[in-house]
Parts: sequence; C-alpha cells; structure tokens
Amino acid sequence: MSRIGVFICHCGENISRTVDVERVAAEVGKMPGVSFSTDYKYMCSDPGQNLLKNAIQEQKLTHIVVAACSPRMHEKTFRKAVEAAGLNPYLCEMANIREHCSWVHENKEEATVKATEIVGMMVERVKKNRVLPTITVPVTKRSLVIGGGIAGIQAALDIADCGHEVVLVEREPSIGGHMAQLSETFPTLDCSQCIMTPKMVDVANHPKIKLYTYSEIELVEGYIGNFQVTIKKKARSVDEDRCTGCGVCMTKCPQKKIPNKFDQNIGMRTAIYVPFPQAVPNTPVIDRDNCTWYKTGKCGVCQKVCGPGAVDFEQQDQLVVEPVGAIVVATGFDLYTIDEKPKGSPIKGYGEFGHGKIPDVIDGMTFERLASASGPTGGKILRPSDGKEPKQIVFIQCIGSRAREKGISYCSKVCCMYTAKHTMLYHHKVHDGQAYVFFMDARTPGKSYDEFWRRSIEEEEAVYIRGMVSRLYQKGDKIVVMGSDIAVGVQVEIEADMVVLATAIQPQKGAELLAQKLGISYDKYNFYSEAHAKLRPVECATAGIYLAGACQGPKDIPETVSQASAAAAKVMTLFSKDQLEREPIVARVKESGCVGCFACKKVCAYGAVEEKEIRDRQGNLIKTVAFVNPGVCAGCGTCQATCPSKSVELDGYTDEQVIAMIEAL
Amino acid sequence: MQPTKQNTFEPKIIAFVCTWCTYAGADLAGTSRMQYPSNVRVLKFPCTGRIDPVFILKAFQQGADGVLVSGCHPGDCHYIAGNFHARRRFAVFRKLLEFVGVDLNRLQFSWVSAAEGGKWVEVVTDLTEKVRSMGPMTEFKELAMEEQWSGAINTPELQEAYNSI
Ligand SMILES: Cc1cc2nc3c(=O)[nH]c(=O)nc-3n(C[C@H](O)[C@H](O)[C@H](O)COP(=O)(O)OP(=O)(O)OC[C@H]3O[C@@H](n4cnc5c(N)ncnc54)[C@H](O)[C@@H]3O)c2cc1C
Ligand code: SF4
Ligand code: SF4
Repeated sequence: MSRIGVFICHCGENISRTVDVERVAAEVGKMPGVSFSTDYKYMCSDPGQNLLKNAIQEQKLTHIVVAACSPRMHEKTFRKAVEAAGLNPYLCEMANIREHCSWVHENKEEATVKATEIVGMMVERVKKNRVLPTITVPVTKRSLVIGGGIAGIQAALDIADCGHEVVLVEREPSIGGHMAQLSETFPTLDCSQCIMTPKMVDVANHPKIKLYTYSEIELVEGYIGNFQVTIKKKARSVDEDRCTGCGVCMTKCPQKKIPNKFDQNIGMRTAIYVPFPQAVPNTPVIDRDNCTWYKTGKCGVCQKVCGPGAVDFEQQDQLVVEPVGAIVVATGFDLYTIDEKPKGSPIKGYGEFGHGKIPDVIDGMTFERLASASGPTGGKILRPSDGKEPKQIVFIQCIGSRAREKGISYCSKVCCMYTAKHTMLYHHKVHDGQAYVFFMDARTPGKSYDEFWRRSIEEEEAVYIRGMVSRLYQKGDKIVVMGSDIAVGVQVEIEADMVVLATAIQPQKGAELLAQKLGISYDKYNFYSEAHAKLRPVECATAGIYLAGACQGPKDIPETVSQASAAAAKVMTLFSKDQLEREPIVARVKESGCVGCFACKKVCAYGAVEEKEIRDRQGNLIKTVAFVNPGVCAGCGTCQATCPSKSVELDGYTDEQVIAMIEAL
Repeated sequence: MQPTKQNTFEPKIIAFVCTWCTYAGADLAGTSRMQYPSNVRVLKFPCTGRIDPVFILKAFQQGADGVLVSGCHPGDCHYIAGNFHARRRFAVFRKLLEFVGVDLNRLQFSWVSAAEGGKWVEVVTDLTEKVRSMGPMTEFKELAMEEQWSGAINTPELQEAYNSI
C-alpha cells in the first residue's frame, strides 16, 4: 500500500496569490493513497527540503508529489532531497502549479480547481512509479580514430597528449589525407607540407598512438565506453618491423610507370612504393596488381636488394581486435569525378566539359600537385599533354556543387577560396600568364578570407567572370571555353591553354558502409550526421561516437582542426570518469511478449535496439527478441509507441503511468 | 473538471506534449505571465514519439472534449526524428478517427518550440474556443458505457451470431 506525501508550495506568493494552497492540500489529503498532505511557503529552501525529508522518515512515506514550479526547474532538487531521506529518487514527481497554473490564470476559483486536478493527476501517476536504479557503464579509456587526414591526426594527438591511448586507423599506406597533397594553403599561403609533416611525425613518434595504416575497419561491436573493433591490416608485402625505410627497393623495381594516385595520376611510381617521400610510416607497400612477381612469378628484385630482408611476398591480411571506449570518425572527403557517372548514383557527370578526354582539363587537386614543390613537375605549372606552360588559364567554379539538376544541391565551401589561391599561385609562377575565373557567387566568409579573395583580383590580376560555362571543346592545342558574363550580359569565348575545374567535395566512396558498421546516421549525400546541427555538432546520435572534419560536411582546414579538437575534448569528457552514470529513463523489453518484429529497431534513431537470441537448455533457438542496450538508449520512447505487441516500455513513462494520469481527469 | 460558471459548457482539453519544446514553451508562457483559459491539462512526455494514439482515444473516453498533441518543430527534435515518427503515426490515426466519425476539429496537432510561449497561448486558446462552440464530446463516453454494459446489448444480429457458435 502506498503512503503518498504531497507538499504544496506557496512559492512566496507566486502560487498562493491565485491558488488557494490550503484548500488544495486539504482536497488532496482526501485522495486514496495519500497519507500526508501539507503546504509550505518555500519548498525548495533548506527548511522546505528538511520538512520533506523529515516527513518521509516520520510518516514512513513511500511516494512523494511536490506541487510547485516546473519540474524543469527543481525536479533534480527534490529528487536529491528524497534520495537523501532514503527513498529512490524516481518515486518523487513534481506537479507544475506555477508556470502551468498560478501564473497563467487570474481567477482564483478556476486556478484552485485546476491546481487540485494537476496534483491529483500526479498522485495517480506516482502510485505507478517504480524504483529505478541509476545505470552505470564502465568506460575503457582508449580511443579509436578512423582516418588519418588532418582531422584524425589532430584528434589523435589531442587525446594522446592527455595521456590516453589512441588507435589510429588509416586506409591508405600513409597518413596525411588531402592536406598532404596541397601545395600552399589559404588564407596565408603557407606551405602545406611544412605545417603537415611535423604533425605526421608527431603521430609516428607518440608513445600513446598505435598506428595502423593500409588498414580498414572490419567490424564494430559494443557501445559507448565498451566497443570492440576488428581491424583488417591489409598485406603490405613488407615487414614493418624489419623495414628500415631505406628505399633501395623502389630504386630497383622495374615497374616504373604506374600512375600515382597521390599525384592525381600525373606522376608515376613503382610497384613497391610509398605514396610520397614524407610518408608516415615510411614503409613501402607492394601494389600486387602491378607487381611483376605477383603477375608472373618472376622478378623479386626488391627482395634481393632489401638488406634487412623485409620484403615478404607471402604476407597475408591480418585481423586484429582492439577494445576502445570512444570512436572519432574522421574519414574526410573525395572529389567529384566528372568524367564518369558513378554506377547507381543519382549524380550526373560533366561529360560536356571534356574531363578525362581533353588532357589539359584538370581538377583543382591536380592543380595543387602541379603547384607543389614536391609534385611531379617540381612546382612548375605545366600542361599534362605536352609539358608546355599555359599562358591563358581558365578556372571554373561550382562543378557539381549547387547544381540540383546534377544531383548535388549543397555548396562545397572551399572552392571559392582555393580557386582564388590557384589564381595567385599561377600568377606567382607564370608572370606573363592570364587567369580567368567563371563563378556563380564568391562565398568567402571567414577570418581574412574576403580580403584574400579580393587580393586575387586587385593585386594578382585574375579576371572574374560571373556566369557559367555552356560549352568547352578542343581546337588544335587550345581549349575553347564558351560562357556568358551575366553581370555585363555578353557572351564570352576564351581560347585557353588549360582549364581547372573546381569539383564538388563529396563523402568518401563507401562512406555509408562504414556508417552502417558503426551504426551512425548519414544524410542523403552520405555525409555523416551530427546529433544536433546547432548544439551537438561533433557528436553522433550514437553515444560514444564523434565526428571530425570533412566526413561530416565540406570544411576547410581551420574548421576541420577546430572540430577535431572539439571531438577530442568530448572524448576526454567521457574518459574523465571511470563509470558512466546516466538517468535510468531507458526502454526495456518484456521478452515474453516480444514477437521479434523489430519495428522498434527500425524507429530507434540511436541504434539502441539489438537482437537477442533466446535458447533453451539444450541450446536450441526458441526465438529472437529485441534487447535495448541501456548504455545507448536515449529515452525518447518512440519504440514503445511503435511496438505492436506493447512489449517495450520506457521506464518513467510507462503506459500504466500515463493511463493513470488520464484516468485521474 | 467542474464547469466554473453555471449552465455554461466548459470543455475539458488534454494536451500531450514533449518535454523539450512544447512543455518548455508552456513554461515560458508562465514566466512571461501570459493568460489563457484554464481548461487545459498537460501531460509531459520525453518526445512526441512516445505518444501512443491509444492515449488520445483514452482521453476522449475519459471525457476529454478536445485533445492537443504538440512537440518540437520538424527538424528540431531533441531525439533526432521522434517527431517525424509521431507525425507519420498521427497522419494515419487521423484518417482512422475520421473514418470512425470523430470530428477532427477536436484533435489538434501543432509544433510549439521552447521559445514560443505566445504560440502555446494561441494554440490552447483557439482550441478551447473551438471546442467550446462545438459542445461536449459524447460519442466515446457513450461507447465506453455501452462497452461496460455490453451484456445488455441484444440485437438480432448478435443473437444470431451467438446461436451459430
Ligand atoms: C583542391 C583543394 C584545395 C584545398 N585547399 C585548401 C586550402 O588552401 N586551405 C584550407 O584550409 N583547406 C583547403 N582545402 C580543404 C582541405 O583539403 C580539407 O579541409 C581537409 O583536407 C579535410 O581534412 P579531413 O581530415 O577531414 O579529410 P581528408 O584529408 O580527406 O582525410 C581523410 C583521411 O581518412 C582516410 N579514410 C577515408 N575513409 C577511410 C576508412 N574507411 N577507413 C580508414 N581511413 C579512411 C583517407 O584515406 C584520408 O587519409 C582544399 C581542398 C581541395 C579539394
Ligand atoms: S617484385 Fe614487384 S615490387 Fe618487387 S621489384 Fe619486382 S615488380 Fe617491384
Ligand atoms: S527509447 Fe528511444 S532511444 Fe531508447 S530504444 Fe526506444 S527508440 Fe531507441
């Protein structure tokens, strides 16, 4: 039998002015189950809380209703007081008779009737409240970072510098990502290699960072604080422990004409290679598709010349399991490939611009490699077709971006700025050359950004033409670019030597597959979704997983680095406690009723619902039911309203509690 | 709820709201000392996604004359997408109610954010006025009574059905 105590607060005069609190207390005192009912001037004050605590002990109260202000204000206060008096805090409810009653009504009679009903409703509810123990989850204080671009590097260094182990997984043979490919970076034009490589070396040397390159995530199990991650280490064909990084193998390899992806395929590499000289780790990989030994069983030159005997043709892929408590996803972006229409994708290509057919139509990243001092031309701007210096160069912005008819409606954010940068780099290197830019708008918000863009026009003599290009074709060794200048209202035709397309930033190919392994959500373009666009921009809705960099949306380096440090800070917050404590307002499945339809699993935005097999003693499968992981559940209750067999219940908001309230009215 | 004025009908309005947006919006109406009719009783849920259509039926059955369901604006759900699930669920549910013959003017859905105290007042006032002019909702109450006394219902069809068992 419940012994409910009801405490009506005057809130000074805030409540008692329009609500006859004594009458409410007297009326409520008559309700079944209520064994103590009183009113007090300030329930939240120390004496008020003591009144509550003493009454619980003296009157042996089992459930509490405090009728006062909004629970959003003082629910925590009273639940704490109730706990201090030895009751489970979730046996205390608040009835809101201030914000929802005394403050919004003037008629004292009406307000008093309403207040009595509100309290009555909570009395019926609290009878159905259950003891809920606080949920604690242990935390493994190690973090996984996926992707070794600047985002992943920054996050890994920040977490490791705080003394926690980091497992950094990169798909390519070296970390560095796109930033390692850049020549100079806006808005300051400092050399990308100069600011990037020291950070890469820090990663390699950090005692708390365990680096897996040429590796991929195979499987993710578990939940916040307790993930088990299976990593596939692809066979490098070179023993990392033995290799000294001398590079003699690369000088001897007979396969020398393999297009190097790092140089956007305009530079060449060998079959045993590191993608670029400053690679971290500096351990080569054999590209088995192009290696003579794997193709014909002959050669093996690298193995013969390798002093420490590191080359190992028999090496196999390896699976490693790493336990971690938090995951930072930093898988970055890919560039829109204009010449080919990706299979099954709603994105249409730009075949009309001749990319892939006309060799001197290149994309922005290829221009970066041409302009880079460590690139295939040693930093000279030369045409891929004949190695001549282009004297007229045309840049076209928004290729793919902001083109709904091509399948992408967003702005890629960095292209206005990098195109401005390209015109400057071009002008610095080709003094007698002329750069033209076709653009829709110049979007240059950001510290020192607009000034930078203006400089490209005012000091570096780039000619900006507002309008899009309609046609582009090869004529002799020139490329004729036809477009319209909508500002002046004339048609423009430029005979260019080279054309650079600012192609859209897209998520990495296969980004959705990784998201599915992680159980995180992504938007219709496959960019990963943050938990809240404004207030939780670095957390995934799935607890314990955080986002950094361009995998979440187009971003430049300063923004990427900020987000990466923010993600690291979130990881550190999680690691600041040994046990994760959380409100026990979570869903629970009644296994006897569950029919295993998993409607709940489909609606749960947090991936909290798992499948659980129920077996008899012989181990025969009886049925598969839903199981809500309390570490992951956010407590929204959507599953409960969805469950057709009413087998999942949100603690604190059960059907029983709600129906009791409705019936009280 | 007793009618406060003799012989005038005072409707009973039940509001199902989410904690994060509408409940907070109603709190704001209070802190801003806005005034609205006292007919509404608020039930708080973490998310509109938790609100089962059964609750609405139950409310009508218990004598509510009007029901309000309100949560975060689309795209602002504290739980990512709970309000989208709710919206879809209630779109179907409304059709069902309409089919059964319930006047849909008695059931209102709205989005009220934590910053929209004024909108809360407006929504509640409008619904109260509307329902007041429609008069009491009797159908479900009668149905509930009939259900309780269903032994008393004896139509020829029922009799035939019994006999055929
Ligand atoms: C042409 C061009 C010029 C630019 N110039 C500038 C500039 O001057 N200044 C500036 O501020 N910004 C510039 N940017 C933007 C800049 O490149 C990005 O902001 C930055 O690279 C984003 O870093 P990131 O780490 O998020 O992504 P990335 O650099 O793309 O790194 C992601 C990493 O994750 C790895 N990865 C991907 N998927 C997986 C997986 N499944 N498993 C494991 N690893 C994976 C990738 O291999 C890669 O190493 C430019 C961009 C372009 C296209
Ligand atoms: S075995 Fe393969 S990688 Fe080694 S030298 Fe020959 S071709 Fe190059
Ligand atoms: S309450 Fe919400 S978060 Fe928890 S399991 Fe159900 S749908 Fe998922």
